Amino acid sequence: MLQYVIKRLLSTIPVLIGISLLLFFMLRMLPGDPAQVLAGQMATPDEVELIRHQLGLDRPVHVQYAFFLGRLARFDLGRSARTQNPVTEEIWARLPNTMLLAVVAITLACLFGIPAGIISAVRPYTWIDYVVTSTAIFGISMPVFWLGLMLVVVFAVWLQWLPAGGTGSWRHVILPSFTLAAFVVAFIARMTRSSMIEVLSQDYTTTARSKGLKEQVVVIKHALKNALIPIITVIGLQFGMLLGGAVLTETVFAWPGVGRLIVDSILARDYPMIQGAILVFGLLYILVNLVVDLLYAYVDPRIRYD
Amino acid sequence: MNGQVKPLLAIHGLATRFHTFEGMVNAVDGVDMEVFPGETLGLVGESGCGKSVTALSILQLLRCPPAEIRGRILFEGINLLDLGREGIRKIRGNSISMIFQEPMTSLNPVLTIGEQIAEAIVLHQGTSKQEAWERAVEMLQMVQIPEPGARARDYPHKLSGGMRQRAMIAMALSCHPQLLLADEPTTALDVTIQAQITSLMARLKEEFETSIVIITHNLGLIAEMARRVVVMYAGKVVEEAPVEELFKEPLHPYTQGLLGSIPWIGRKLKTGRRELQEIPGIVPSPLEMPEGCRFHPRCPRVMDICCEQEPPMVRLAEHRRVSCWLEAK
Amino acid sequence: MTETTKNEASRTQGRLPYSQLRRRWAKLRRNKAALFGGILILIFIVIALLAPVLFPGSPSAPNLMKSLERSSLEHPLGTDELGRSILGRIIYGSRISLLIAVGVVSFGLLIGVPLGLVSGYYRGKVDFGIQRVTDTMLAFPGFLLALALVAVLGVGLKNTVISIGISMVPIYIRLVRGCALSIREEVYVEAARAVGTRDIVILLRHILPNVMVPITVQTSLGMGMAILFAAGLGFLGIGVQPPTPEWGTMLSSGRAYLFHSPHVATFPGIAIVLAVLGFNLLGDGLRDALDPRFRL
Repeated sequence: MLQYVIKRLLSTIPVLIGISLLLFFMLRMLPGDPAQVLAGQMATPDEVELIRHQLGLDRPVHVQYAFFLGRLARFDLGRSARTQNPVTEEIWARLPNTMLLAVVAITLACLFGIPAGIISAVRPYTWIDYVVTSTAIFGISMPVFWLGLMLVVVFAVWLQWLPAGGTGSWRHVILPSFTLAAFVVAFIARMTRSSMIEVLSQDYTTTARSKGLKEQVVVIKHALKNALIPIITVIGLQFGMLLGGAVLTETVFAWPGVGRLIVDSILARDYPMIQGAILVFGLLYILVNLVVDLLYAYVDPRIRYD
Repeated sequence: MNGQVKPLLAIHGLATRFHTFEGMVNAVDGVDMEVFPGETLGLVGESGCGKSVTALSILQLLRCPPAEIRGRILFEGINLLDLGREGIRKIRGNSISMIFQEPMTSLNPVLTIGEQIAEAIVLHQGTSKQEAWERAVEMLQMVQIPEPGARARDYPHKLSGGMRQRAMIAMALSCHPQLLLADEPTTALDVTIQAQITSLMARLKEEFETSIVIITHNLGLIAEMARRVVVMYAGKVVEEAPVEELFKEPLHPYTQGLLGSIPWIGRKLKTGRRELQEIPGIVPSPLEMPEGCRFHPRCPRVMDICCEQEPPMVRLAEHRRVSCWLEAK
Repeated sequence: MTETTKNEASRTQGRLPYSQLRRRWAKLRRNKAALFGGILILIFIVIALLAPVLFPGSPSAPNLMKSLERSSLEHPLGTDELGRSILGRIIYGSRISLLIAVGVVSFGLLIGVPLGLVSGYYRGKVDFGIQRVTDTMLAFPGFLLALALVAVLGVGLKNTVISIGISMVPIYIRLVRGCALSIREEVYVEAARAVGTRDIVILLRHILPNVMVPITVQTSLGMGMAILFAAGLGFLGIGVQPPTPEWGTMLSSGRAYLFHSPHVATFPGIAIVLAVLGFNLLGDGLRDALDPRFRL
């Protein structure tokens, strides 16, 4: 396992370098003068020159990159061109909100998706299987923002049970998190189903039955444990979908998270903020995947004890 | 062989078929056989002849549907097919056990060896987990796995193929079953390991007084382990004989073909032939069974009647039968 | 016995034998869900092609007199805030969506497949380089990557296709590379090399056919994904720009009128769901039918 862990950690390094390069050059690919871009449209020519000097934009490219990395290491992502506040500050203020939605969504997804997938796999081609699989395939075909809007129409407009947006109480959390969760629940249900079906057709499942074990025991103790291994690896991927979905969901529900920040920044051409927020999301995604991969190594005895 | 001894297992008219999209597959089509206490019965045939399905039908390890099992399988007088889910579960691993061909894939990779052996003991013998674990370690010792205590805590991927098969055997015999169904137990192993496993099985059989049904296409294994042999082809029994008689004087052309295809030293001298005798043609697809005797398209001694009618089972002696028109005069 | 030798023979050529292909096609046809999906897609294609026939006139021409009307005979799905027929815009929107879908997977196919083949077959430094770039791109969730690219490239239909297309490339590279890696180890590839077959021939004749299956599945699913992403960008206002009738863009303007005219947002969304559903069902069906593990 140690070998695996080291390899995995090491493989993160080139990716981190790659991201930093990507973001560094992203800014410079924009039309026009980077200093102007960073200073924002409201800046005076003097302010632009100041920025140019401060960020070393008058220096050669590799020096700029070094500066960039240096600033990253100090968590200095610059200042928002819109509000002039430090990017890090703005993001940090909103990150917990996004994480709240994400965590609730993933929890719902596992709570509902995995059992649904199991039931479906254990009784394939029955009516319950058809219900689960059809719902699931609709779930992954739905645009998350449309679902959000529809839920608002039903629950906020017609029934008036829940608020249509904003924050404040636990009620405000329900619709956005359910919306965000929908795609992931469906995906996990499908994955669980196919993983379980695969495992249930394995030889060792027959062996377990041949010992006279109750079907319940065979499914939970023998099959599920094996089936969950590939599902764990997929959860990291799902987290990524959640981050992408968060952008859309937060917009629909006026939720003050990083996702909405990205959208507002893109519309306002606040490039330092865009860069910073995307970087943060990217790092988060990498971190979650790293944790998931390590978890997977721990859970699969073939890797753990090697 | 005195006919007063009652069979441990008596299969009457077993027919197992599968509903597939392309039609009904009669994997086992009217099979009778008996297993007596304390004996090793060999079940021989090519891949696809239905021998594994027969074993799986005994323990009802087939998914029904698409499978459908008909007939009577009497174990100590009780028809296993009449038992409900609870009933057959009490039999599995307890009175009748099974070991499978691929030890690589037949053991659960996420559970320790000890756990996989102990769970059957806890289930059928109601012991505590601690005691079951100790017994599991004992079983591992009996199958001659070195350092059984440590191995019991290992996961299957740490063991070699031979050790895994031993662990499977330990698992199957842990509750002292009366009957062990061994489906190609040595096919996936190296030749040297094969020898070890077969002698292990023979020894344990004596010790535990278990009857064994050894299912294989390997005639050498049959010669070594079985006392009586049943030959299957395309879902039916074609011949049954005590092992020496089968090898000395096979009656069914299929059996003759099988034996003729074994290479052995001195064969050329004795038979005058250099090449191995092969059986022309292929095993028929279960969806397109030939009319009459199922073997007739490949039979070197085929007659007209073989193409039209299925031959009856002719009983020549107590445990000697053959299904062939050549004998049914 | 003949069956297995036939299959082995086919593997030595890297192509599915005719009989196997026919069986898999039969299996696909049996899959009612996949069939339904295929029909949905077909319907959309037909609608897209016949758009001017089905809805004469301009779908984007405003008619403020009829703003925000409910369903009527004249406008079966109602009108939007500028009085335009929603049905008409959905019909024309199918053109946009299909165009985007095809454009995006074209990126994946034309750029991703060759890169994946090269990466998987040649290994070494080329592979390392391509892999590092792919890893970096895949370090971002897909939608976010497309978002970032839009931030750089700008908005509009063309940039939408390019952004989503580029974010789809690494997926194809990974897929194809994985396949190429395993196939290059097959004995018949070794044999071909030993005989002196040129690399390009090996790639085209042996490796590529075997990669077709996962590519086909991915393409169907990818088209659905492309429509979803494009709609997402449109909804955020940074995708296809109004007045072009892209379904997601329609939803974003419909959002303002959610409270008393929900139909403006509802119907384009349904169109998106149906289109993506079609591609997903078809992709699933293809995967089931063509999966080599399910040998019939």
